[in-house]
Amino acid sequence: MSSLAATRPRVRAASARRRFRPARLALHVFLTAMVLLWLFPLSWAIFESLRPIGETITNGFVSWPQHLGLENYTTVWTQADMPYYYLNTLIIVVPGVILTLLLASMVAFCCSQFSWKFNLAVLMIFTAGNLLPAQVIIVPLYWIYLNTPLPMFGSIDIGRFSFALFSDNGLLYDQYLGIILIHVVFQTGFATFVLSNYMKTITKEITESALVDGANLLRIWWSVILPLCRPALAALATLLFTFMYNDFFWALILLKTGDRRPITSALNNLQGEFFINYNLVAAGALLAAIPPVIIFIALQKHFVAGLTLGSTKG
Amino acid sequence: MVGVPLALDLILIWGPTLASVLLSFTDWSGIGPVTEKNVVGLKNYQTLFFGYSLFWPALEHNLIWLAFLTFVATPMGMFLAVLLDRELRGKRIYQSVFFLPVVLSLAVVGFIWTLQYGSSDGFINNATGLVKSGNPIDWLGNPSINLYAVLVAASWRHIGYIMVLYLAGLKSVDPSLREAAKVDGATEWQTFFGVVLPVMAPINVIIVVVTAIEALRAFDLAYIINRGKNGLELLSILITNNSISEASLVGFGSAIAVILLVISLGPIVLYLTRVMRTAA
Repeated sequence: MSSLAATRPRVRAASARRRFRPARLALHVFLTAMVLLWLFPLSWAIFESLRPIGETITNGFVSWPQHLGLENYTTVWTQADMPYYYLNTLIIVVPGVILTLLLASMVAFCCSQFSWKFNLAVLMIFTAGNLLPAQVIIVPLYWIYLNTPLPMFGSIDIGRFSFALFSDNGLLYDQYLGIILIHVVFQTGFATFVLSNYMKTITKEITESALVDGANLLRIWWSVILPLCRPALAALATLLFTFMYNDFFWALILLKTGDRRPITSALNNLQGEFFINYNLVAAGALLAAIPPVIIFIALQKHFVAGLTLGSTKG
Repeated sequence: MVGVPLALDLILIWGPTLASVLLSFTDWSGIGPVTEKNVVGLKNYQTLFFGYSLFWPALEHNLIWLAFLTFVATPMGMFLAVLLDRELRGKRIYQSVFFLPVVLSLAVVGFIWTLQYGSSDGFINNATGLVKSGNPIDWLGNPSINLYAVLVAASWRHIGYIMVLYLAGLKSVDPSLREAAKVDGATEWQTFFGVVLPVMAPINVIIVVVTAIEALRAFDLAYIINRGKNGLELLSILITNNSISEASLVGFGSAIAVILLVISLGPIVLYLTRVMRTAA
């Protein structure tokens, strides 16, 4: 059967070229229609964001534009202090992604390169933890955040940003540190699962021979295993960045000070206060959407690879 | 190397999970220590089932959310994947467009769809002339339709996600199986339902589990649109409202969390057994 299968595709390809297939045309028509439908909500948001509100009011929402411009964007950008919230996001997401990858790769390294009794149990704890709805743990977690004392050693101030050492209210609550921590812990579950699947494809002999050569575990993890995992780490970094960037819930509950909110959860406060009409809402929402869309366009392959590594391989 | 991450995971995820279960048997307010006096047995559950008017609607909304994603959005995502799983001009563009909403946060998705649904300012009512004729449909405010309006927005994002997962699964199907079916004279749809779908069984399970977990986690969209009130109540929102934002009914909120936990355990266990069986 295998030899038959090997010759078939060529025959089929030839016959496909010869015939004109109405089915194929119908498929393209259908997919094009779907694509237009898919793009519509986004296109409409872009259209609305480019129109001055005055024109929308006089001519109606669905009307031919006379003037398109970036005024709504500049209004939102300056009045709602958007750059500030972008920086909040960066302060949380960059350490979040790096720490998650470091911790998850350590666990994955230990669980995939050595046959210990508890490997499977450890993997299950991490994977299942990541699958829990966040709201199941939020009540006790909120309490932990309000009752964990952290030292107050002052702060490092850079411009308008104040980085407390380690907390400016003595607690884990309402701190950049706290929000980074929960992201790291929650996402380590997912990243561990993906990385341990990936590392299973690396032969254990590499680790074994390095051990024989006298290298310690940390050294093997850092300079032997991690370089081999570069594709998986790149895919995960892309994905984790988007997950953390898009987080709404943790920041909503575990941060109180509006000024510390990252952009995604800040949107909620900006609505009503600064986004007083739909044209400004559109501009604000699109500004918040730009970074993940750029990442997606630039790193689509990594993004998709990360998602599929996490779910279909096992 | 395993110790630190494991300890963090146990303290910040599994500890609180267990604490939620224990707290659900108390009337603790969140302040001071939990003492014997706080233990109230099953009282919270009793109140929840028989005395709290929002519980059953919220559970129903979660189940509708689950059903809608499972029977409408997920099959559509699978359908798109099957259509795109072939040599096709422009395939990459189609794929990217369907996947684009997946990278957006649910908060942004909520805002983008508000622009469509707005009662006097939204696209739909304006384009159909409902605003002019003076009886616009309040898509997001009317409690008998707003859940479905939100589900359309949720599906916009979910369909692309499922499509990508399913495409990856389809790529892993041995091509010789399809060829053999074609040689035997099977049509494309016969091949799919008779050969490909059964081979994909493990991936189908994962897709269903992913869908279920997404549905149980639903929070952001409803919160952005109207803080999860008036037709958009969900279990996740009731937990937050009862124990954090409005009241400090920690014990009561925990009881709702336990219900959500119990429902979530189904798909989680299913997922673990599937995935870990191959991993072991």
